[in-house]
Amino acid sequence: MTIAEKNTAELNETQDANAVELNGVHIAFSLPDGGIYEAVGETNLVVSDREFVAIVGPTGCGKSTLLNATAGLLKPAQGQVRTFAKPLSGLNKHAGYLFQQDSLMPWKTAIDNVAIGLEVSGTSRREALEQARIWLGKVGLSAFADRYPHMLSGGQRKRVGLAQVLIRHPKILLMDEPFGPLDAQTRLIMGDLLLSLWSADRKAVMFVTHDLDEAIGLADRVIIMSAGPSSRIIGNYTIPLKRPRNMADIKSEPQFHEVHREIWNALKEEVLKGYRQTEEVQS
Amino acid sequence: MNRLTLISLQVLVAVVVLVFWHIASTTTLIGNPKTISFFFAEPLAVGKRMVQWFMEGSIWYHLGITLTEAALAFIIGSLGGVIIGFWFARKPLLAAVFDPYVKAANALPRVVLAPIFALWLGLGIWSKVALGVTLVFFIVFFNVYQGVKEVSPAVLSNARMLGMNERQLLRHVYMPSALSWMFSSLHTSVGFAVVGAVVGEYLGSAAGLGYLIHEAESVFDVTGVFAGMFVLMGFVILVDWLVTLVENRLLVWRPKTSVISNR
Ligand SMILES: Nc1ncnc2c1ncn2[C@@H]1O[C@H](COP(=O)(O)OP(=O)(O)O)[C@@H](O)[C@H]1O
Ligand SMILES: [Mg+2]
Repeated sequence: MTIAEKNTAELNETQDANAVELNGVHIAFSLPDGGIYEAVGETNLVVSDREFVAIVGPTGCGKSTLLNATAGLLKPAQGQVRTFAKPLSGLNKHAGYLFQQDSLMPWKTAIDNVAIGLEVSGTSRREALEQARIWLGKVGLSAFADRYPHMLSGGQRKRVGLAQVLIRHPKILLMDEPFGPLDAQTRLIMGDLLLSLWSADRKAVMFVTHDLDEAIGLADRVIIMSAGPSSRIIGNYTIPLKRPRNMADIKSEPQFHEVHREIWNALKEEVLKGYRQTEEVQS
Repeated sequence: MNRLTLISLQVLVAVVVLVFWHIASTTTLIGNPKTISFFFAEPLAVGKRMVQWFMEGSIWYHLGITLTEAALAFIIGSLGGVIIGFWFARKPLLAAVFDPYVKAANALPRVVLAPIFALWLGLGIWSKVALGVTLVFFIVFFNVYQGVKEVSPAVLSNARMLGMNERQLLRHVYMPSALSWMFSSLHTSVGFAVVGAVVGEYLGSAAGLGYLIHEAESVFDVTGVFAGMFVLMGFVILVDWLVTLVENRLLVWRPKTSVISNR
């Protein structure tokens, strides 16, 4: 096989294969007192290439943990993570990860934060900055290129983070409650921004949120996780809403309410139980 | 309060102190002016002495020596602190093994080392530089160590997901974090570099501000002692101001905590 043939073969393989497969994954943490806490138990999930999957569940159920395992930052205690037909070892090179916490480098300006993703893989600084400027434009922050993260609002920081991840054209996009700390209006705007970027260049997306409305509005499929410990997937709903969608308008469509009611009826008990549990623990 | 009022008030404090000092040391209002001026000198005489030093030019030589010693102590101590701090932070085993020795060395009051350094390195500038280095090194070392350890896990994970290898992590994540900690202790470490130089000179040398003060003291020239102290103060304030300038340049990315203060 020549190198060219091999490349095409690999390409075909990646094109046909699922972006992410979690096969019987369990994830556990060892506790300081010597015990073991199993956060995620027996989870099976397949995300196809170009599919937008939203993951919903009560706080503390293991959503971030699941994304970390998909990213390769955590090793499952049991089971296997596969990405584009290959078992994952080390970090997931196909994945771009927008973290729940602030994760921009505070000592770099917005544009340097975006450019760094290209620079580390060998792009010249000039070229990287040029691309970064384009991406800052796409997320509507051209005027803020030279600001440091602490000079940006929470929403603006998330948008810089989005540009930082997308400039590398990852085939899988992992997003952990990216709009969590934002107000309701900003969330709608960010949702629309994400949808327009995603439809221009479809990637497999795993989008974690605790907001069912947001999940239904954005995703092709909504996954519901139960409350931990040993949290599992307890619901898997395909969202039949047509695209392109608009986050504000979609809520007035009758179909949206149908889907919402269906999911909510099925899960009310479990989800409320989860929230009660976490609230008891927190208070 | 506006800037002008503030500065006027600050000047007022100095004026009140000087006037009080002047009255106490030249009139019988407070006590015997002879005794008072013997112990505290007279402000006008001190001023005259300082002017004389600067006019003659002899003081520049001493200032130059002290500055050279402090600068060398700062540079060598910082370089050592950065390198060792980094090394220890990245090699936890090494850090654990050396931990008690580092603590013990840092617990030692550095003044006691001055005679040893004088013995080893002579009475020239290097014994003073060495004393300054022992002070600066630990401050920089602890800050760099902390800076590397305290990198936010989210920033680190993010950098790794962006594809950084170890070398790139060092350059884009660990180094800036460590240096920001080091820079935030710049005032302290520069201050200690000067302390090392002056104390070293005071304990045995033939030049520098510390030497000048010591010489005056040994002949009960209180005016000379006070003049030396004021020159030293001015010198330290100037250096501190330069450090502030450098700091503002290097730490632009840091949120300023004083933004909300009502100035
Ligand atoms: N490093 C850790 N050590 C021990 N327990 C952890 C650790 N990280 C997370 N957990 C626990 O695992 C559970 C899932 O956490 P996480 O995935 O962050 O939840 P969320 O769904 O809110 O993102 C929580 O109960 C949390 O307390
Ligand atoms: Mg989370």
